[in-house]
Amino acid sequence: MRIETKLAQIGTKKARTTGSINFPIYLATAYEHIGGVSTGYDYARSSNPTRHILEESIAMLEKGDAGFACSSGMAAIQTIMGLFSQGDHLIVSMDLYGGTYRLFEQVLNRYGIQFSYVDLRDIKAVEEAIQPQTKALFIETPTNPLMHVTDLQAITRLSKQYQLWTIVDNTFMTPYLLNPLELGANIVIHSATKYLGGHNDVLAGLIVTKGDELSERVRFLQQSIGATLSPMDSYLLMRGMKTLALRMERHQANAQGLAHFLKEHPLVDEVFFPEFDPNSKRILSEQAKGYGGMLSFRVKEAKLVQPFLEQLQVFTFAESLGGVESLLTYPATQTHADVPADIRQKVGVCDRLLRVSVGVEHIEDLEQDLAQALQRSEEIVYGSESK
Amino acid sequence: MRFETMALHNGNEIDPHTGAASIPIYQASTFHQFSVDQPGVFDYARSGNPTRQALENAIAKLEGGCRGYAFASGMAAISTVFLLFSRGDHLIVSQDVYGGTYRFLTQVLSRMGIKTTFVDTSNLQAIEAAISPQTKAIYVETPSNPLLKVSDLRRIVKIAKNYNLLTIVDNTFLTPYFQQPLSLGVDIVVHSATKFISGHSDVVAGLVVVKDLDLAEQIRFLQNSFGAILGVQDSWLTLRGLKTLSARLETSTKNAEILACWLEQHPMIKKVYYTGLPTHPGHQVQTEQASGHGAVLSFDVGSGAIARQILSKVQLPIVAVSLGAVESILSYPAKMSHAAMPPEVRLQHGITDGLLRLSVGLENVEDIIQDLAQAIETKVSIMISRK
Repeated sequence: MRIETKLAQIGTKKARTTGSINFPIYLATAYEHIGGVSTGYDYARSSNPTRHILEESIAMLEKGDAGFACSSGMAAIQTIMGLFSQGDHLIVSMDLYGGTYRLFEQVLNRYGIQFSYVDLRDIKAVEEAIQPQTKALFIETPTNPLMHVTDLQAITRLSKQYQLWTIVDNTFMTPYLLNPLELGANIVIHSATKYLGGHNDVLAGLIVTKGDELSERVRFLQQSIGATLSPMDSYLLMRGMKTLALRMERHQANAQGLAHFLKEHPLVDEVFFPEFDPNSKRILSEQAKGYGGMLSFRVKEAKLVQPFLEQLQVFTFAESLGGVESLLTYPATQTHADVPADIRQKVGVCDRLLRVSVGVEHIEDLEQDLAQALQRSEEIVYGSESK
Repeated sequence: MRFETMALHNGNEIDPHTGAASIPIYQASTFHQFSVDQPGVFDYARSGNPTRQALENAIAKLEGGCRGYAFASGMAAISTVFLLFSRGDHLIVSQDVYGGTYRFLTQVLSRMGIKTTFVDTSNLQAIEAAISPQTKAIYVETPSNPLLKVSDLRRIVKIAKNYNLLTIVDNTFLTPYFQQPLSLGVDIVVHSATKFISGHSDVVAGLVVVKDLDLAEQIRFLQNSFGAILGVQDSWLTLRGLKTLSARLETSTKNAEILACWLEQHPMIKKVYYTGLPTHPGHQVQTEQASGHGAVLSFDVGSGAIARQILSKVQLPIVAVSLGAVESILSYPAKMSHAAMPPEVRLQHGITDGLLRLSVGLENVEDIIQDLAQAIETKVSIMISRK
């Protein structure tokens, strides 16, 4: 069965007693042990029928063995980090989402877990960073916000050689475009708040694991830590996932259109979109089904940023991404505010950088909005005579 | 303002924009920023959501704390609070603590280099003897689960202050309606709000309330970093449950008192654990530090065989894990809430194979008595016929 069909059919033919097309929202926290015997559901933190359908679905979509739903993307990451113990070491993508960086450096550090931040495009550098205590690679691809693409096949070959786990944050690509487990990864995580939910209305995280032993360990951690997703949010997430294929197609087409438009614009210095980087383009053409709906760009001068953001009429200036509405984010003060300024500069998250999550509006409305906001900001900053 | 009134009128019950008598469910993951330089009150729903905040403010008021925080489950609340500690720290925890908390401490936190000593916290000398230079906090459940042991909070706070330790109290069983640990000098209160606070067996939720702003800042940071937050719909349902907390607890506690007396006089019952009985060793302390005895009681029927008979014969109570609901729930700690505890530890703590826990609901107490009577009597006739 193809992924479009799997997505549209999430939760169907599961409500056996009623035939309901959509699986019901089970709000019950406790489940009667009928005749003293458990039905398989005991307590909703351990397992809830609605959450279960979602978990089963994401495992199938990511081609893994088990799925787990958490209360946010960060809760999914923290749950996975429970696999590690004091003294362990991980190798991590260099320009990582600021919230993940904060969790690693300000919380997990205190437990004696160490992290090295490496440009994962450089396989040699990755190999050099491996220590005897290294237990896993934690990868965002494409990275946030600079859209660096990692060669997952090459990386997982390396991690197998050193017996490391490969953990891939697949938030940007989604299983519609990329299946990291098929390329040899062991664990996939998602901020499902983004494309999977797709409507900027649910906060959720997902984990998919490969292999029974690893799946059992994550099941234990999900239950022990208890950062589980509620039944209502599980339902909303499945509802969003049913239209993932349609949305991703439109997100991608619009992103590609905007990337080309911005590339030609005189006020824009640089556009980060996988199509424009030959290496990223090659990797994605071999390992994925597209470039996704995210891009970043640098404006000529930092002083253009504020007037530009204030002049936007269609785009919403907000954190987050992956929703039907187009969002513009200023990483320096929003998503990456918790990364120290010197490190931010070093990896290229400077104060001229803007990130676009391209929505499913009409491409011409999006182009027009960016064009008018850039023009107005130019007038405000340089005065209208400068033209 | 008295508790019953404050549960309904705490400043969070009315939507300021429309006057609606119930706060709307803000199903938004992100929030538009109207200015680059002046971020709005809300930016991303993991950091803060208006519906969740209404619940967080309400519980802070009801517990007499300065700030409240809502989590995806009671365990998510407890896990987040334990993230206050670092590698090398030591904790003192009530011996018959909830099995899930025990599991998290012994199988997850222990790997991060945090050590725990389990002591009978109703014994003050035992607490003091367990303190070491690395000790950072005392974590108490009172009354404890399932044996309803009472720990003297005022005296424990005194010891903790002498040694500069934090005190954390799980107030799930009594709720702020009967017991307000912060007013006794405790630093942090945690709740499985799945239980009495929500009260309808339809939400899994956790809450944390802290006494001072310094701790509030630390918990806020961890809530945001770890992201084990409560969903918005569940936040709203929890607020809804909170409105009837005092009425529910009054009725179910009255029922529990009658049942405890009835069970104590029943020839088949070996022992009844309920702090409302003057024979209970913690009765006096409980009367001094709380205004009621709550709706949970346990009783020992002497053997696993008789316990199983009762579980299969009862008609009214739901046989399930969890507690604190409108319906009566009968649990079997050895196989349910404390199944994660090794049998030898469990027995050493007095959680025998014949122990049953009853969370008394809002049914007519005569109906519950009749039902329990028939479930127990059946066993008597079987035993006689076998003889």
